[in-house]
Amino acid sequence: MIKIILPSQLDEYTQGERELVLETERADLCLADVINELDKRHQGVAFRLVDEHGNIRRHIAMFIGEQMVRDLAVPVAPNARVQIVGALSGG
Amino acid sequence: MSRQQLLVGTRKGAWVIDSNADRSVWNINGPMHLGAVVSHFVADTRNPSQRLMSVGSGHLGPSVFLSNDAGASWREASTPPAFSVEPNGAARSVDHVFWLTQGHASEPNVWYAGTSPQGLFKSVDHGDTWQEVLGFNHHPDFLEWRGGDKDGTPDGPKLHSIIVDPHNKKHLLLGMSGGGIFESEDEGETWCALNRGVAMDFYPPKEDGSEYEFGHDPHCMVMHPQQSNRLYHQNHCGLYALDRAQGTRWTRIGDNLPKEVGDIGFPIVVHPRDPDTIWVFPMDGSGQWPRTSPNGRPAVYRSNDGGESFVRQDRGFPQEQAWWTVKRQCMAVDQEDNVGVYLGTSNGQLWGSIDGGENWQPIALDLPQIYSVEVVSLP
Repeated sequence: MIKIILPSQLDEYTQGERELVLETERADLCLADVINELDKRHQGVAFRLVDEHGNIRRHIAMFIGEQMVRDLAVPVAPNARVQIVGALSGG
Repeated sequence: MSRQQLLVGTRKGAWVIDSNADRSVWNINGPMHLGAVVSHFVADTRNPSQRLMSVGSGHLGPSVFLSNDAGASWREASTPPAFSVEPNGAARSVDHVFWLTQGHASEPNVWYAGTSPQGLFKSVDHGDTWQEVLGFNHHPDFLEWRGGDKDGTPDGPKLHSIIVDPHNKKHLLLGMSGGGIFESEDEGETWCALNRGVAMDFYPPKEDGSEYEFGHDPHCMVMHPQQSNRLYHQNHCGLYALDRAQGTRWTRIGDNLPKEVGDIGFPIVVHPRDPDTIWVFPMDGSGQWPRTSPNGRPAVYRSNDGGESFVRQDRGFPQEQAWWTVKRQCMAVDQEDNVGVYLGTSNGQLWGSIDGGENWQPIALDLPQIYSVEVVSLP
């Protein structure tokens, strides 16, 4: 079971859902798979997180556990906690 | 007399402001997309119930939203503008959709979009799905035209002022803040630079004395809606006019503005029926380029003779210590006999004149920083 934590900036796409559970026993998932699954549940959300060339957007941070990652190919363990953070920078 | 509706895009969302029939009372409605950067909010004159809005949060990337009920409800484009990998291997990513222009009257489903980094996009389904105009974005000389993406405006070079000639749907014009003005006669398949006569004094002079063909910094360009040969543009290096029927060389009409004001600015608008009448809002382009009203005294300048002479119009504006300016999409005119002129400021004020700029009244004073103003005549 992978737990996905979402920021408030995505409320418009997720109807306010901030925490999702991805039921899986697979050991071969990567972060891109998690984002794709998220997009299946909330269409359009992936393009808000990842640009047209598969790069995580500049002001989006993704954590697997406590580790921030910038690469969607990073493996995600079946019991991982994935948190997506929208930058609070700006004014 | 018609009721007018102002569509206002800001750094923090969008508002709609409606007037009564004599334009003396204005009602502010909104916000929409509160917190999002709305670079451009436009209505479709071919279909009054259709509206498009460029929306970006700054964090979640760019998008376009569509409304088919005059803004009562919105939905996101199913395929927003996005770059493909260029033939040279470059893989740019759209940061924000900066400009929206409706297509020709004969093609009611067509829209164009300009982005930052600079790119041209087209939709043939009312803005729901967007494709690159490859004749422009993948032109072999495109990188040379635009330079690198760090060149140009501080928050990213912008493709703007997309113009579809109302008398010839194949005739397109656009401006790049890092690159100059370009023209197509075949609906975007091929393009030519249109910058002769335009100063580029931020570059060293060419040793052979010739002009730069491109690399210029146009801020805003307009075509007269009835006489499409008549073009004007406000540039980083002055204010220019071009009668396209007479050739391809721009004339610097900004030399006719007062020297203490100068001819640097962002917006320019043209009278809906008289091609000789224009309005500009000069800003301070001296020294460190503060981009404020010159000497803190905001004023519109109007010409009734194609730029041969200008009249200062500041009645109603603060007369001192007002350091705002007006961005390139933030000035608009209505279609009334006594033309209404509207401008939105960098400190969130919306001003209007219902007598062609003679007298100015505040319409809203406390909006976020204004990024675009468009006018719709209501039935």
